[in-house]
Amino acid sequence: MDRAETVRTYLNFEKPIAELEHKISELKLLIDDNTEDSLNSEIDKLEEKVNKTLNETYTSLTPWQKTLVARHPQRPHAMDYINSFIEDYSPLAGDRLYANDDAIVGGLGTFEGQSVMIIGHEKGSDTEGRIKHNFGMAMPEGYRKAVRLMEMAEKFSLPIITLVDTAGAYPGIDAEERGQAEAIARSTDCCLNLRVPIVTVIIGEGGSGGAVAIATANKIMMLEHAIYSVISPEGAASIIWRDAEKKEEAATAMKITAQDLMKMGIIDTIIPEPIGGAHRDKDHVIRATKEAISQALDELKDKKPDELRKLRHDRFLEMGRTL
Amino acid sequence: MNWINNVVPPKIRSFLTTRREVPDNLWKTCPLTGQMVFHKDLEANQFVFPGSEYHERMGAQQRLTHLFDDGAFEKVMMPAAAVDPLKFRDGKRYTDRLKEAKSKTDLEDAILVGSGKLDGREVVAAVQDFRFMAGSLGMAAGEAIIAGMLHAVAKKSPFILFAASGGARMQEGILSLMQMPRTTIAVQRLRDARLPYIVVLTDPTTGGVTASYAMLGDIHIAEPNALICFAGPRVIQQTIREQLPEGFQRSEYLMEHGMIDMVVHRHKLRETLSRVCRLLMNGVKNTKGKTSPDLEKNMNGSAYATQDDISDSDITLKPKTNNTSDTETIDIIEAEPVEGTRRFKGNKNDRSGKQPAPKGNRKTSSNKNQKSPEK
Repeated sequence: MDRAETVRTYLNFEKPIAELEHKISELKLLIDDNTEDSLNSEIDKLEEKVNKTLNETYTSLTPWQKTLVARHPQRPHAMDYINSFIEDYSPLAGDRLYANDDAIVGGLGTFEGQSVMIIGHEKGSDTEGRIKHNFGMAMPEGYRKAVRLMEMAEKFSLPIITLVDTAGAYPGIDAEERGQAEAIARSTDCCLNLRVPIVTVIIGEGGSGGAVAIATANKIMMLEHAIYSVISPEGAASIIWRDAEKKEEAATAMKITAQDLMKMGIIDTIIPEPIGGAHRDKDHVIRATKEAISQALDELKDKKPDELRKLRHDRFLEMGRTL
Repeated sequence: MNWINNVVPPKIRSFLTTRREVPDNLWKTCPLTGQMVFHKDLEANQFVFPGSEYHERMGAQQRLTHLFDDGAFEKVMMPAAAVDPLKFRDGKRYTDRLKEAKSKTDLEDAILVGSGKLDGREVVAAVQDFRFMAGSLGMAAGEAIIAGMLHAVAKKSPFILFAASGGARMQEGILSLMQMPRTTIAVQRLRDARLPYIVVLTDPTTGGVTASYAMLGDIHIAEPNALICFAGPRVIQQTIREQLPEGFQRSEYLMEHGMIDMVVHRHKLRETLSRVCRLLMNGVKNTKGKTSPDLEKNMNGSAYATQDDISDSDITLKPKTNNTSDTETIDIIEAEPVEGTRRFKGNKNDRSGKQPAPKGNRKTSSNKNQKSPEK
């Protein structure tokens, strides 16, 4: 992680920030014992300016910019969350039918002293990891593993936490061959049928059916700069506009940001990110996420099993009816 | 002919001249063989080209007419849904696209739901019409599916779906995506009521529709050579940059890979549907006779759905029947599924207090295990 901090990836629209920070690091190299005060104050000034620019940029991100932030390679991924707030994490693997899919990770653990089942898409954070996790694009096995874990959770009365971060289910010959559509449908079906609490946080990209499959929950929360969409802006641009370059327009038109979805009643909570996005302060955003999950589970803990299912059904049936 | 054009007014002109588009409209060309078939003959043959047996896509209205006894059915009204909540426009306004599709197809949205008899048995059937914005699943279509399924639950009749769709309706953004879980809830109602849910997959069924209610049927039937997939062939080709196998994502391919139960020629479809509905509805006579409350109370908390889910509509929609056979249970109910869906909710709330808390709540998982042993 330290290595990642030192080589920060800047997004296109962050250029002014990149330049300022570059300047700061150059100036810092000049500092030695007999540094003049003026140099220090110059650095302070620049840092202030960086903060100001970051703040301005990140409070007025366009939907397309948010898409880029949501996909930022240094953004914390599912395993970062699991490693920091799940104790006794015991990963579970395999769908018992065909294979284990690492695009969806999950297992047992303790969340604030309570046994839980945690399931999430993992994108991986370096080349090796990304290949291992197939960039967070799950195969049918991944969804079937999710179903297996959710049913196990229900059997043992464990609340379920899901962390959503996927561009979508993997589109490939083998995935189709083994019933990608059916696997997704069954997983959504399973989420809806559960009689234990299920809480979802969309931590990065919520890509279409591949996300819905584990995001059909009692409480659906989103990070401030996460997106949740029926199709990627690029996909929509090329299908509807017939021009892949219209992705910015598509991102805006489809209303994919947490703020828009909150207004439409699709999600319950927006979890604030630190200035400059989750990737600038992982601990901060993970702490905030933990608190939000804790609160959501707390709200659900006294509900009866059938009530949990009914509440989930009602919530989804109501969706869009009041627009 | 020029002098005619100059003298005769346009309306009359068409009587005098033979136009090229006339044969275009009246004769259909088989895409496989190039054979021309008179449109009326093709319609009489359920849009299957004789010889090549190519199954042409079929409109919703015609589909239902061919399904029900004597072609008679009652339209199940579609509940009103918000129109264009995103104020979406690409080159064109979404509302304009909708208007166009409506006038082209004479449908309110991509789905038509009908209720009628199939060999004397009450069934509810929904058809997705590909001509209506590629049969895409938006809020209106989602509501129609839900209303149709709840209507079947209310009538205790099987539900037949003719699926055809390009997937989610992107112009409705996330709200179209949310139709995946929403329709799945209705599928669960059918399951809770233990009513047959038969899916007929027709060309093409793709995307969010395949990845939700269309793959959750008790029995999956496909028409020959229909494209059935999650990601379309073009998307896959772009991703993997490899040649796709022969017959990839076609009915027969899915059959081979265990995703569907049978591939059925359109001419045999009706009798197949009738047969499987009959077979499924005639199971376990002794439980059938006792339909609902008592029995379901006993089942509550066991491997079955809760009573809460099952008996909703019994009480509201048919207080009279308890003990009759399926066919004479109800005369066709006035189509007002809008209320059905609302009623469904309000009603649940009313009665929720009365529900005995199910004891072994966790046991439900064994239910799922039983239901999908092959998964």
